[in-house]
Amino acid sequence: MIWQLDLFLLLFVIICALAAINVRDLLSAAIILGAYSFFMCMLWAEMGAVDVAFTEATVSAGVGTVLFVAAVFKTVRRSKD
Amino acid sequence: MLRSRYQDIIAQTIVRIMVPFVQIYALYVLAHGHYSPGGGFQGGVILAASLVLIFLVYGYENALERLKLATAGRLCSLGVLIYAGIGFLCLLLGGNFLDYSRLAPIFQVSLPRARSLGILGIETGVALAVMAAMYSIIMDIVNSDTGNGESHAAGHEIENGETSSDGK
Repeated sequence: MIWQLDLFLLLFVIICALAAINVRDLLSAAIILGAYSFFMCMLWAEMGAVDVAFTEATVSAGVGTVLFVAAVFKTVRRSKD
Repeated sequence: MLRSRYQDIIAQTIVRIMVPFVQIYALYVLAHGHYSPGGGFQGGVILAASLVLIFLVYGYENALERLKLATAGRLCSLGVLIYAGIGFLCLLLGGNFLDYSRLAPIFQVSLPRARSLGILGIETGVALAVMAAMYSIIMDIVNSDTGNGESHAAGHEIENGETSSDGK
């Protein structure tokens, strides 16, 4: 565990989370959420929870992003609020 | 839009090369779930991701040719059956639910070996169920409209209506 690397990855996680909430385009939000999951996965792996990192990478960054993109194509792309 | 075949020679070639390796890796994760990160759930999700990759690049109908939704439903049930079957087999042999040591006399192996093989069987069932369920969910979400692109056109109408009402 290197706390500088932890802090660096946490910074990226927070940036991606805020961007995914604030962006107006829902497709961009889905992709940014995938990036969030990827950084979260790197953070888990760096902190030693490799099994959790594995699940995060496969479920959230892999299949979840496709699920969100497919859902976005079924609705309107712009956020209302 | 996702249902139409996406014609891109680079993506198609890369996916054609990648998918066998992804599936072999999924089987590796599944088989080494006892003593390394991974296991049935992760292996199943990676298997589903390889199928979804085929669907994304080669199109909806092409993915359905590889694994039909009815087959996926049966595989999902088969996975649950394997899990519950091994569990109840141990129960029938006088042990607790999922007490793998009771399987040792049947398969003529030592107790630790029986536990290891029992966990492998359980995880195979979990992987089958997870793969089929993930694949079915994504294919059903993509195919949730009745016609080809009708709901998409309707979505655009709503979008245009909203923008015009905003303009007023």
